[in-house]
Amino acid sequence: MQILARFSRPARAEPGAVLQGLPRLPWLWATAGAVVLLAAMVLGVLVGPAHIGLGTVLQALVAPSAVDPAQASILWSLRIPRVVLGAIVGAMLASAGAAYQGAFRNPLADPYLLGAAAGANLGATLAIAFAPGSSLIGVNLVPLAGFVGAGAAVAGAYALGRTVTGLRNTTGLILAGVAIAAFFNAIQTYIQQSQTNSVRQIYSWILGRLVTAGWEGVLLVLPYVVLSVVVILLHRRLLDALSIGDDEVTSLGISARRVRLIVVIAATLGTAAVVAIAGTIAFVGIIVPHTVRLLVGRSYRVVIPLSLLFGAAFLVLADTAARMVAAPAELPIGVITALVGAPFFIVVMRSTRAAAL
Amino acid sequence: MNDVVLRGVGIAYESEVVVSGLDLDIGSGEWLALIGPNGAGKTTILRAIARLIAYQGEIRIGGHAVSGMGGPELARRVALVMQQPHMPDGMSVSQYVLLGRSPHLAYFGKEGRRDQQVVAGILERLSLDRLAARPLDHLSGGERQRAAIARSLAQQAPILLIDEPTSSLDVGRQQEVLELIDDLRAEQGLTVIAAMHDLTLAGQYADRMALLVAGKLVAVGTPADVLTEPAIADHYQAQVRVMQMNGSGRAVIPVRGHAKEGLR
Repeated sequence: MQILARFSRPARAEPGAVLQGLPRLPWLWATAGAVVLLAAMVLGVLVGPAHIGLGTVLQALVAPSAVDPAQASILWSLRIPRVVLGAIVGAMLASAGAAYQGAFRNPLADPYLLGAAAGANLGATLAIAFAPGSSLIGVNLVPLAGFVGAGAAVAGAYALGRTVTGLRNTTGLILAGVAIAAFFNAIQTYIQQSQTNSVRQIYSWILGRLVTAGWEGVLLVLPYVVLSVVVILLHRRLLDALSIGDDEVTSLGISARRVRLIVVIAATLGTAAVVAIAGTIAFVGIIVPHTVRLLVGRSYRVVIPLSLLFGAAFLVLADTAARMVAAPAELPIGVITALVGAPFFIVVMRSTRAAAL
Repeated sequence: MNDVVLRGVGIAYESEVVVSGLDLDIGSGEWLALIGPNGAGKTTILRAIARLIAYQGEIRIGGHAVSGMGGPELARRVALVMQQPHMPDGMSVSQYVLLGRSPHLAYFGKEGRRDQQVVAGILERLSLDRLAARPLDHLSGGERQRAAIARSLAQQAPILLIDEPTSSLDVGRQQEVLELIDDLRAEQGLTVIAAMHDLTLAGQYADRMALLVAGKLVAVGTPADVLTEPAIADHYQAQVRVMQMNGSGRAVIPVRGHAKEGLR
């Protein structure tokens, strides 16, 4: 933990900078995040029922034709896309969590705050229970229904919050999200219980998994995630500004409502996309931004880029663990994120300034 | 021109009327103190000028209606220091003051070297330069107030609205803050509109005072015109002695015992 303390020292002012004490990306942490992510991805590619050595993996990356076709196929069709998808999902959930926390000035906010998870679960449950194996315009109906469900829930929460409090405060919006989530969860549970044939499949979807065939899943979510992450990254300064409160930020000529609306739409879009593919993986959106915050400070200029890196690394590691722990069976990834994430978070919290929360 | 004109301004929260029929002219470079008992509408008027709440009637700044201005444009003309500014834990003084540059940036803009230079100059002027990297939650009350004023100065707005600039400060820090505002007014030609609780301090620093009672303007003029014993007795239900100070305005001194009689 001494290393953590050394890494956490306030960054010295940039050479040429006029002011001291401005947040800037700590390159040591950014490099550490990139190294951990790379190591996690390599580990993730190496682990699996068929033994494939590091040399073969490296060869498959640079000269796929020189590798045994069966092994190349396992790597390129199964393991590499899975690891890449894990990194995308982790980066998205962690940065969306940070964005929600900034937009709502609420440390307990996560990407599912306004009902995205409940909506996705209901959509996927409907598709699994009533139209198993169907597809629409070539896309499997389950992720599509999950995406639509997540979007509908958040849109519903926003509309409800608007009618109740006129969006003057965020509490109304959050309560609307809670109400919508409870309502959607109730319907979802009813359908799940009444459709006994598909209970197992529904439950597995809800707990989250990164099983994919080829690059389809990656390509499906990538446009949404890229758009969402770019918009969130562009709002780093404004999310910092929101932390002084709606009235004061308005007196600086910034529309708090507009910032919140754009950030919530962007974060929801990305979240809905990854949830549709990977299920509602819990805890990543809370634990990763908070860990980053405890280590490097609270400015969103730093928290969001580092959450992207560490979120990606965390989920790839969690998925690798989910495949290893009970091999050849796989544990749901949501179980791992909570099981490993919670104690890790507690260790970080105890070893740094808890006041930073 | 940095004058502020209010014409027939009315403000209501839900159905409760808080300010009504207010006409007020504040000249360019003037210090106007809004005074009045609790609930008179002082803060509400400041919030209306900064367009944080809806109002009826007209508010004009330099001849332009506030209602027709864009958010950043208004923030380049008017800066507001709230009574208890929210200061996020962990945010450094320089980062907080730099937020004041927001009206000069595009939506996705980033502060440049010029913005940093403006802020560095303000921090130095307000003796905050040594505290630039210090987190806001490690500041004393007086330092926090100076940081809040520094953020508003970073807006480089010619009109400064201040809500209770001296609340929760000791007498030394009260003087320090008010002297600072007065000096800045002289240096930068600021128009200052301040809601002030302390009548003696208001009487010493303000050019003119507007006395509000229950959302209505009951007196406006120099401290000598407004701070009279009968007016204070009437509107504050307080017994006071008003003393003319040698060359530094008026002092209002409460006299023990009489207020209680009024409550019986």
